[in-house]
Amino acid sequence: HEDLRSSMFPDLVGMHYSWWGGVQMGPPDPILGVTEAFKRDTNPKKMNLGVGAYRDDQGKPFVLSCVRKAEALIAAKQLDKEYLPIGGLGEFTKACAQLALGADNEVLKSGRSITVQTISGTGSLRIGANFLSRFHGGPRDVYLPKPSWGNHTPIFRDAGMQLKAYRYYDPSTCGFDFKGALDDISKIPEQSVILLHACAHNPTGVDPKPEQWKEIADLVKKRNLLVFFDMAYQGFASGDIDRDAWSVRYFIEQGHNIVLSQSFAKNMGLYGERVGGFTVVCNDADEAKRVESQLKILIRPIYSNPPMNGARIATTILNTPDLRSLWLEEVHGMANRIIKMREQLVAGLKKEGSTHNWQHVIDQIGMFCFTGLKPEQVERLTKEFSVYMTKDGRISMAGVSSGNVGYLAHGIHAVTK
Amino acid sequence: MSIFSDVPQAPPVAVFKLTADFREDSHPQKVNLGVGAYRTDDSQPWVLPVVKKVERLIVEDDSLNHEYLPILGLPEFRSASSKVALGDDSPAIKENRVGGVQALGGTGALRIGAEFLRRWYNGTNNTATPVYVSAPTWENHNAVFADAGFKDIRPYHYWDAAKRGLDLAGLLDDLEKAPEHSIFVLHACAHNPTGTDPTQEEWKKIAEIMKRRKLFVFFDSAYQGFASGSLEKDAWAIRFFVSEGFELFVAQSFSKNFGLYNERVGNLTVVAQDNENLTRILSQMEKIVRTTWSNPPSQGARIVSKTLNCPELFAEWYVPNGHMPLTSADIIAECLTDYFHFHMNVQNSVFGEKYCSCCRIYLSFISLSPPLCRKGNVKTMADRVLLMRDQLKSKLQALGTPGTWDHITQQIGMFSFTGLNPKQVEYMIKEKHVYLMASGRINMCGLTTKNIDYVAQSIHEAVTKVQ
Repeated sequence: HEDLRSSMFPDLVGMHYSWWGGVQMGPPDPILGVTEAFKRDTNPKKMNLGVGAYRDDQGKPFVLSCVRKAEALIAAKQLDKEYLPIGGLGEFTKACAQLALGADNEVLKSGRSITVQTISGTGSLRIGANFLSRFHGGPRDVYLPKPSWGNHTPIFRDAGMQLKAYRYYDPSTCGFDFKGALDDISKIPEQSVILLHACAHNPTGVDPKPEQWKEIADLVKKRNLLVFFDMAYQGFASGDIDRDAWSVRYFIEQGHNIVLSQSFAKNMGLYGERVGGFTVVCNDADEAKRVESQLKILIRPIYSNPPMNGARIATTILNTPDLRSLWLEEVHGMANRIIKMREQLVAGLKKEGSTHNWQHVIDQIGMFCFTGLKPEQVERLTKEFSVYMTKDGRISMAGVSSGNVGYLAHGIHAVTK
Repeated sequence: MSIFSDVPQAPPVAVFKLTADFREDSHPQKVNLGVGAYRTDDSQPWVLPVVKKVERLIVEDDSLNHEYLPILGLPEFRSASSKVALGDDSPAIKENRVGGVQALGGTGALRIGAEFLRRWYNGTNNTATPVYVSAPTWENHNAVFADAGFKDIRPYHYWDAAKRGLDLAGLLDDLEKAPEHSIFVLHACAHNPTGTDPTQEEWKKIAEIMKRRKLFVFFDSAYQGFASGSLEKDAWAIRFFVSEGFELFVAQSFSKNFGLYNERVGNLTVVAQDNENLTRILSQMEKIVRTTWSNPPSQGARIVSKTLNCPELFAEWYVPNGHMPLTSADIIAECLTDYFHFHMNVQNSVFGEKYCSCCRIYLSFISLSPPLCRKGNVKTMADRVLLMRDQLKSKLQALGTPGTWDHITQQIGMFSFTGLNPKQVEYMIKEKHVYLMASGRINMCGLTTKNIDYVAQSIHEAVTKVQ
């Protein structure tokens, strides 16, 4: 690197050259790029379907009433701002684990799990990845579904793990490639890590059915794989928190000691407050204590301890009965609006005269929909109709409203007929 | 057989264990001089009045939502934070070569900076670059750089236990001997744990060697304003290095000077040679942030940003030159209202009430609670610490406690390295129920007018009874 520096700055003396001449320009974030382009577009009918955040039927960000009420309650308490413990707010981690596993779960009763508060889903995945990197004695490989959330790969990579994939999405059906998944999973070397999306798979919206989950759980057990669940949409997918957590609870029931990432960004609309949890299910309470101590050792040199505000809000909602009921209603409402938009989009396409099979739009679940559109069609949709989405054909249903679903149907039909 | 059956129990973080032990202690006179957080004279945590006010504004503002911040954080926060560190009239800022990365506290800023340096400094992915931290230093520095991937973390001479002051000769020698391009973590002010800072002349010597030997400057600034009561004074070293042309990082924390400990508010200020370099650096910072926490928490940044960017709120947080002189008109106005005198953007609302469109609050004519102090919330904290230092020294001198105690008032900031040895510390904890770190570090904020006599007496006993 000495040669590189002197060849780049041959005439410079002392402090007149920069340390950073060799720093490359980072590639623009693909999703951010979509939003940037959307902002520049002057077409009044433009639609931003890249956004991974819920919007109401007027296309506006939605602050849940239960959140506003919780904030008022918290403000009245005049709490101090003292540091949280490294593992986060105790009441939060308890409520977080109960939400995922069910309050009467044997795991919680026996104390054989540990949950730490994390910086939303990303922070949780990163802590998990770091923990595995440091303590997992098995292969360094983490198997992701193909495709998976774009950020999974760099998170695990930066933590020192390696990435592999198992078949998941079937482009020919716009559905689940169950046979392909089982086939690939059966070949994964023992003790490898397999990442599963608990519900509302991102980016495809394609989830296994319960019977399929059962076979996957069985096979994963046979292969002795370490299961890493990513649950970012509990409640948001079907509208029912227990239904959306079913896969996680089933695996635990079947004896898998899973690790689990949870996010409250979507289901409580707490995006910018960064609320999440990371859970490790262990053999016994002693092991859980040891794991907890090591998680703290990992967390401390990243950010010392987590932020209070969002965790307080989430805890207040989960632990105050009428706020909790209100939350369940509102989360149900968000999920329902999404489901309705799916139905309206398909109805709209039929009305436009499309002869394609759009059933997958209704079968898929959660915020995202893998339309099946090809890159050229996506490009046309953007250029001719100002509909912005990612090149893989993924749209965020949250960006669809009763006011623009007709226009969207029209555009999609135009580029696919 | 569990995958995790071989995971060993990790030792607890010492400073938190101390507080845990303190909590369990039932002794009526127990004192906690451990954890570094501000306490009032009633030993209570203190939420700054300006913070309370701004939080209320935020809760009442229906136009605010909880959407994601950009990856690098709230733009108004980042720019205001860097301005606090470098000064309003900073040439580097005017030259558009200063950027900020909002981070989770000072720790987060250090970690993002460390991750960046490991990837892009002194070559690419050069984990062998030596990182120097002071001996002693904040106990987390080591782990931050180690976990970021650096393999060679070394101490540089700093604390001279014999003379209870800065080991300047040792420090300068380490600078001369360090391999070129080594990274040095410097405490901008109020060194943790010793409370001992270089003088301006000493900083100049340090800078000269660092420039000549091409050493990288990474400032840790966790106490700006909190140390001396003056933002400018506490940032002198940073601003001096910038004026000397260094490209450097500053990890800023707003935990102490805003009392926002648990909202995790920090900023990594990047000073680059020019805007083009800065742009590339920030693009890579984004990638690092994205795999660490995606985007930072909004609450704390909003509070700090609103305060720094609104002149009236800023003046409640901080008044330059210590104290705002009160004219008789001020005093009358003060009696009538909280802030009538201050607000510059006052208009008449539709209801005929005075309304500040900047702070978005209505100004009532009769104030029920007079302002806490015209000297700004930051100085309130700094002054109490200075008072405790003064009183502790006086009391130890009055008791005739062996040794010199000048270092207590010479040191600055939250912490003081008392010079007590581990045995004496053990005595303090076990016999006197006064909790402090094994290093002899005390948190001045744990002292109050109510417990200072007991603490002074305890120190006296420890020094005279235990060798």
